[in-house]
Amino acid sequence: MITQEQQKVMTKLPFGTESAPSERESATAADFLVADAHMEVRGLSLYYSESQALQGIDLRVPRGKITALIGPSGCGKSTLLRCFNRLNDLVDGVHIDGEILFDGQSLYGSEVDVNLLRKRVGMVFQKSNPFPKSIYENVAYGPRIHGTRSKASLDEMVEKSLRGAALWEEVKDRLDKSALGLSGGQQQRLCIARAIAVEPDVILFDEPCSALDPISTARIEELMTELKGRFTQIIVTHNMQQASRVSDTTAFLYLGRLIEYGVTETLFINPRKKQTEDYITGRFG
Amino acid sequence: MPISDGQSRGTPPRGLPTSNRRGALGRALTSLAGGALAFNLIMVLGLLLLLLWQGGAYFWPRDLAWFELADGRQVLGEIHEHRELRTTAASGAEPIYEVRLKTGNREPELGGQDFVWIREADIKRSERPHDAVLLERRSWGPFFGYPVAIRRGDGVIAEGRDGTFRKLEQLVPEKAEHFEKIRKLEKGEIGDVNYEIERLRLSRRKLSMSTDSSPDKARADAELQRATQVQESRFGALADRLRDERQSLEAEILVIESIDGRRKTMPVSEVVRAVRPNELSTAGKIGLYASRLWEFVSDEPRESNTEGGIFPAIFGTVLMVLLMSVIVVPLGVLAALYLREYAKQGPLVRAVRIAVNNLAGTPSIVFGVFGLGFFVYFLGGSIDRWFYSEHTSPVFGTGGILWASLTLALLTVPVVIVAAEEGLAAVPRAVREGSLALGATKWETLRKVVIPASSPAILTGMILAMGRAAGEVAPLMIVGMVKLAPDLPISLEWPFLHFERKFMHIGFHIYDVGFQSPNVEATKPLVSATALLLIVVVTILNLAAIRVRNRLRAKYATTGL
Repeated sequence: MITQEQQKVMTKLPFGTESAPSERESATAADFLVADAHMEVRGLSLYYSESQALQGIDLRVPRGKITALIGPSGCGKSTLLRCFNRLNDLVDGVHIDGEILFDGQSLYGSEVDVNLLRKRVGMVFQKSNPFPKSIYENVAYGPRIHGTRSKASLDEMVEKSLRGAALWEEVKDRLDKSALGLSGGQQQRLCIARAIAVEPDVILFDEPCSALDPISTARIEELMTELKGRFTQIIVTHNMQQASRVSDTTAFLYLGRLIEYGVTETLFINPRKKQTEDYITGRFG
Repeated sequence: MPISDGQSRGTPPRGLPTSNRRGALGRALTSLAGGALAFNLIMVLGLLLLLLWQGGAYFWPRDLAWFELADGRQVLGEIHEHRELRTTAASGAEPIYEVRLKTGNREPELGGQDFVWIREADIKRSERPHDAVLLERRSWGPFFGYPVAIRRGDGVIAEGRDGTFRKLEQLVPEKAEHFEKIRKLEKGEIGDVNYEIERLRLSRRKLSMSTDSSPDKARADAELQRATQVQESRFGALADRLRDERQSLEAEILVIESIDGRRKTMPVSEVVRAVRPNELSTAGKIGLYASRLWEFVSDEPRESNTEGGIFPAIFGTVLMVLLMSVIVVPLGVLAALYLREYAKQGPLVRAVRIAVNNLAGTPSIVFGVFGLGFFVYFLGGSIDRWFYSEHTSPVFGTGGILWASLTLALLTVPVVIVAAEEGLAAVPRAVREGSLALGATKWETLRKVVIPASSPAILTGMILAMGRAAGEVAPLMIVGMVKLAPDLPISLEWPFLHFERKFMHIGFHIYDVGFQSPNVEATKPLVSATALLLIVVVTILNLAAIRVRNRLRAKYATTGL
């Protein structure tokens, strides 16, 4: 949870003082100023070859916190999430305007090494996607890619990451068994372990619990809360309760625009926009 | 309730249509399809059974039958066929039966007829003499009759039918051992010396071809000449030893007598096996069967491939298929990787894909012609010009196992490409994204996740390619396959694998034995046996690959994704 002071800082700061939002309709409505932004989205628009998926998004993601992206299907929240690690680059015909600053440095700059960027910005997918390898190899995959060779340090990283993902106790005796033998929830935690094994700064979650039962979901949420502070986390979710339970700040997107962004409690209890209120009360979506 | 095709059980509910004409059509089609499948299976099964029966029976020892004919002649041999004379069937007269007897004794001085037809009516007396002997020999094929004496020098060491046979039984294994020893001497030490002399000769030739005319050259030449003399004197000593060994091998002379009283002498060492088939117990027959079968798969051919074993052909086939696999898999996988993962999908890639599929349907002899023109004449010729200019005969510039494997690799690469592409396409996007999201490059993702996950499909392609390659004969006939290759493409001399050597192949062997040998009638069962062996070899290769694939499948199963 956000500390009292931080919450005060966040809510006290006037809207739109930094990026001249009056020029952009969505920004005036939704910009919410964060003192220590880890990721800063500035006027981001994204076009697929035939359609526009995101329009002028401005968003400051607080460091070490959990930010939730909510909105109805097709609102662009997953597309936005995939901008943070440039996974959209893989799609043919994608065009991006605006920029994202990561610790003040532009993500889409020409000198950025995408692979090193992705090492710093990890991702957990909607459907758990362990590699068809052993549990150990799954976790060691990232460190190996990034140059860790020694068996001892790999062992240490694997244990640390599995502990970090609260999976160590369950799998420590079967590290050499296939990861595909794990349950759905375990597989998803393995994917989290795999993501934190490369020691990223930011972890992106794309509806990580949509295929899981309530108990596994609770464990993942618990885990996210534990990881708070160590990593900046951004989660896309369809589940409003989940967003209100785990996140510190929430952004509501609709039809490719950022409608409202604020401290989670405020946004859920007292939304400023009619569309937000309609969505979170279940009138559409 | 199971879904039935139109015909419901019991009374149909009221109001529902009861006509099942369309259902009947469906059922008829189902039976037709099932029948077609059954027909195919029966054909394949029949083929296998026929090969198994005819090929398997080839090694089974048959009894020797003795007939006295109406004209007073006597014949001895194995009964191979018993049939009704065709001309009598139509006329309605009393049927006449005749028997085909394999009488062996192919050499002119013993009659020189392998098979005779005898009318059953002409047989006055028949018997199965217990002491009739079958000799399998290194030349002239089998002998049926009686060994009557063994001489050594001027003395006689065995006499009489029984005494000679006993002595023969004892001598044959000894002689076989001795024969093997001599062969080792020839192939081993003498082969080494020959190889060395040839190498020195080529070095001298190379030296003489160089334009250098300094005194160094003369000195080097003298050095080589001296070395050659040393080797030649070694060769002389070995040749003397070989002559002595041969003399002692052929010291014992066997006198054999055919049933009509003609006699012939031959060295005992010419006999491979001496048996009295009519005296053999069932266990003895099984033993003989096993021993002949083993000879067939492990020995070299004799008598222009009509006798002995076919080991060099098995070896050539397997080595060529393995070599082809080693070439075709990387080639096919790389091509599939480019087509599926790197190339921009569009009309061009589609066209390439169609071309690749069409390549799979190209007649194989076309590949043979290409292999001859490109690999053998162009590549091989160039290699010879650059590296073997001192050789008087072509080394790589003539057909060889490497060129044959390359030709077959081209022939089968479409199969591997198609299978590998399917395998690559089946790897879920989510898994690739998982790897990319960890900061892996595209190549790392392919190498560490995608290719391992599609390796079972790649192996499926390899299995199909191996099956096709092992059965292919036509293109090989012009790129290095020969009737008889005395030297295997593998040896103890550096570089151990001799890719330039010619090789034997089971497929060609079948053709050669069945249709090119001097005695086609005698080798008919051998054709079945060899065909059966080809199937066995292909099956073993496939089973090995399938085993590997199943292991990989278990390891890289992507189910649950």
